[in-house]
Order: sequence, then C-alpha cells, then structure tokens
Amino acid sequence: MQLFPCPFCGPRNEREFHYVAEPGKTRPDTTGDITAEDWAAYLYDTKNEKGPVREVWMHLTCRELFVMERDSVTMDVLGSKTLRRTLPAEGAA
Amino acid sequence: MNKTYSALNLFREGLRGQRGWAPAWRSPKPKPAYDVIVIGGGGHGLATAYYLAKVHGVRNVAVLEKGWIGGGNSGRNTTVVRSDYYYPESAALYDMSVRLYEGLSRELNYNIMLSQRGMMILAHSEAEMEIAARQVNAMQINGIDSQLLDTEGVRKLAPILNFDRGARYPIHGAMYQGRGGTARHDAVVWGFARGADRLGVDIIQNCEVTDVIVEGGRVTGVATTRGEIRADRIGAAVAGHSSVLAHMAGYRLPIHSYALQAFVSEPLKPVLDTVVLSPGHGTYVSQSDKGGLVFGGGLDRIPSYGQRGNLPVQETVIGGLSEMVPMFSKVKLLRHWAGIVDVTPDSSPIIGPSGVEGLYLNCGWGTGGFKAIPVGGYMLAHILATGRHHDLSRPFDLSRFTRGRLIDEGAASGIAH
Repeated sequence: MQLFPCPFCGPRNEREFHYVAEPGKTRPDTTGDITAEDWAAYLYDTKNEKGPVREVWMHLTCRELFVMERDSVTMDVLGSKTLRRTLPAEGAA
Repeated sequence: MNKTYSALNLFREGLRGQRGWAPAWRSPKPKPAYDVIVIGGGGHGLATAYYLAKVHGVRNVAVLEKGWIGGGNSGRNTTVVRSDYYYPESAALYDMSVRLYEGLSRELNYNIMLSQRGMMILAHSEAEMEIAARQVNAMQINGIDSQLLDTEGVRKLAPILNFDRGARYPIHGAMYQGRGGTARHDAVVWGFARGADRLGVDIIQNCEVTDVIVEGGRVTGVATTRGEIRADRIGAAVAGHSSVLAHMAGYRLPIHSYALQAFVSEPLKPVLDTVVLSPGHGTYVSQSDKGGLVFGGGLDRIPSYGQRGNLPVQETVIGGLSEMVPMFSKVKLLRHWAGIVDVTPDSSPIIGPSGVEGLYLNCGWGTGGFKAIPVGGYMLAHILATGRHHDLSRPFDLSRFTRGRLIDEGAASGIAH
C-alpha cells in the first residue's frame, strides 16, 4: 500500500484516491464553432508520459480535486498542490 | 541440421543426442535499410512480420525489439483466447483471431498448445442473467459460438466453484464460449518468430528505438541503440508504450497506460478444465498444463509504466479467487507480475494510420492483446503492404474518436475500467 498526500488531509491510503485527468486542458469555447478534431483532442488525447507526470486526482473522502506530481515508472510521489494555486484562475473552477 | 519439427525428427534426434537441431531463428546484424520496419518484437510485431512475408511477399523486413522477443506483454499475459464480444465489428475481428489460432500449430509447424477448453463468464443475479441472455443473443447473431448456461450447466463444467446459495456472489448461470480457451504464450511468440525468420525477416533483439525520423511529414527510419535504420513504412506494435513512441514521432493517442497484474500458483492436480471469469469478484482463473492456477483481475487504478503491481488490486483479486473457489484459499502463490497495457476510451484497439505518413499503428488492445495476436499482425501486415485498411480493421481506425463512432467493449473485457 502506498500513501498519497492530499493537500487538505495529509498522507492517506492510496485506496482513497482516484485519478481524474491530465491538467492544463482547456475546454473548447462553446460560443463559437468547434471542429470535430478539436473536440476529440480535448476529450480523448492524452500525453500519457513515462517518467515525471502532473495529474489531477481526487481524494474521494474529502471530495477535493488537486494536482499530484509523481513518477509513472518508480511510483514515487514528488508533490501535491491544490488546484487553485497551480492553475490559472479560470481553469480552477 | 533439422529444421522441421515432427515425431520422426524428434525420434531421430533422440538417437543422435539432440545435436542436430538448428536454431529456431537467426540473430542478424541490422542492415542500414529495409522495406518495412516493425517496432516491437512481441506476438503482434512478430505476427505482423510473418504475415507480411507470408501473405504479401514483403520479406525485406526487420522486427526491432528493445529486449528479447516475447519479454514484454507477450510474456506477461494469462494466455486466454476467446471471441465473445458484443459488437459486430469486434466479433468479426476477434473471431478471425480465434480461427487463425485454430490453424496456427500446423501452419507454423510449432505446437502453440491451443487448448479450446471453453471460457465462461459467470452471472450472479437474475438481472445479470437477463443481460447475459441479451449478450449471448447478440453474439450468436454475430456468428460466435456463445451460449447461456444455467446453474446446473455451470456446475457440470466447473464443479469446484462456490455454489453455496449463501455465497456473496451466488452462481445463477454463465455465458459460455466453447471455442474459447488458452494457448502457450511463449510458443505463439517463438512460432511466429521462427516462421518469420524462415521467410527472410530479420529479428533484431536488444535494439531499442530511441527516435523516429520524420522528414517532410513522413517517416524515413528510426534511430536505435544499434544505429540508424531506414525504412519508409513502419509498423508500431508496442503496446504499453504506444504513447512513448507517439511522443517520438509527433502524433497523439487517446491512450492511458496501466499495469495489469497476473498470478500463478504452485502446481495442483487437475481441478479446473475451463476458464472462469467472475465480474462480481473481479477475478478470472484457469489451470495451466503444468497444474498452476493462472489468474488475474482488473487493471490497477493508477496510471503506470512500472512493470509491477500494487497491493490493493492483489487483495481484490486473491480475495475474489478464494471466494469464487474456497478450496483455492489453501493454495500457495508461486509468482505474480504486471505488464503495462494500453487502455483506450472504448476498450477497443487502434489499427491503422497514425497521422504521420508511413507510420501505422497496432495498439490499444487494453487487457486483451494476447487473444488478438494473429489478427493484430494480420491487419497491420495488410495495411503496411497495401497502404489500405482491411475491411475488418477499418472500424478500428484512430479517426473513430473524431467521428464519434466508438466501439465500446468495456463490458466484453469483463472487468471494470
């Protein structure tokens, strides 16, 4: 069992966490025309990097989303931050 | 030197002290250029090279493998072969794979130990039985030999399961495919390697691709740990690491890499002669010819490139197995391991153009790549040789994510994603 750090609750059992998404994706502006390619890229494409990664996770017990940095090969946790401090204001909603 | 495997040759070599066997494949030095390069020396890559040479006559082919052939997911699966899929596109693809498997030992002159012992997916409630009936009907319309079993039907085939009415997951019945079963994973890899090598394919091991050379929007070769190798047609069969290759060549994929764990127990006397999967327990199990219980479950919950598992999933899978067959709780584990699998949003593979001209994909098989080895190779070979999709691979083109025409087989993999 691994401990993951929730920025709000501290280190907790990995079972309490769920991977959510890749950070930094911006939802296409729905007030204009959006091509199928842009929608598909937003919905499906992933970086899926090998090595150090930044990911949005949810701590299921406190329901907070946050950004965790970890290594996808060694599984080392490199840090965790609240979303609000990590992403620009409009992305933090 | 003996090149053909037969009872007569085996007998003859027995008298000569087994000194006359030829190596099953060569270890050539890479040439500076080939007509086609296949990246990945697992089952899919070697099958691709074999069918390129056999069906299409393209023999100036190199298979590049970063480690040794069959050392990745081809050596880490649980050897299940089946085609009980729901959608017509999937049924056609996976059933062609089972049919190719059925003829493979003879075609390759290599015993792949295909054992069509049947595969059942249990149903644990009346509601699950209704869904199972619907799925079985759909599969039968697609021409798959699927059938619905009631409790007694399951008991007849696998009496050691937990039929206690008070069980956490009581057995109401099962979906059963009689042509499903297992095959010897190493033999599939080695058989295709030997078959491809005999047709002139260069199998180059310990040759890791470090970069894909793209010039003017199309591939012209790869940089490897053994130097630069040129080809203007490249097939990528690198499941688990498909996104890593995509980064090198500059295209993007809708894939997450996860670890999928598997386990094998100490050998037992024969107790189970079919493959059993329980969606309730999240566990499936078969017994190998050596007697070991080969079992596994769902994906790890954490995106990963580390080829090892984690404890929460082990607890679920092993706990599920001991509830499914209580007598197995006394059995000792021999080994456990994990392989890295490509997971797509619809749990269906991606076959076809990558977006970079000349580079074609065979990836995204998720948890079910082993059963698809012959057809995955056959389809990628067809595309590399002709530049066009085979009718069966067209629905699995990468463009389906843009067109919205997904083939959602999350249920057919039988496990939660």
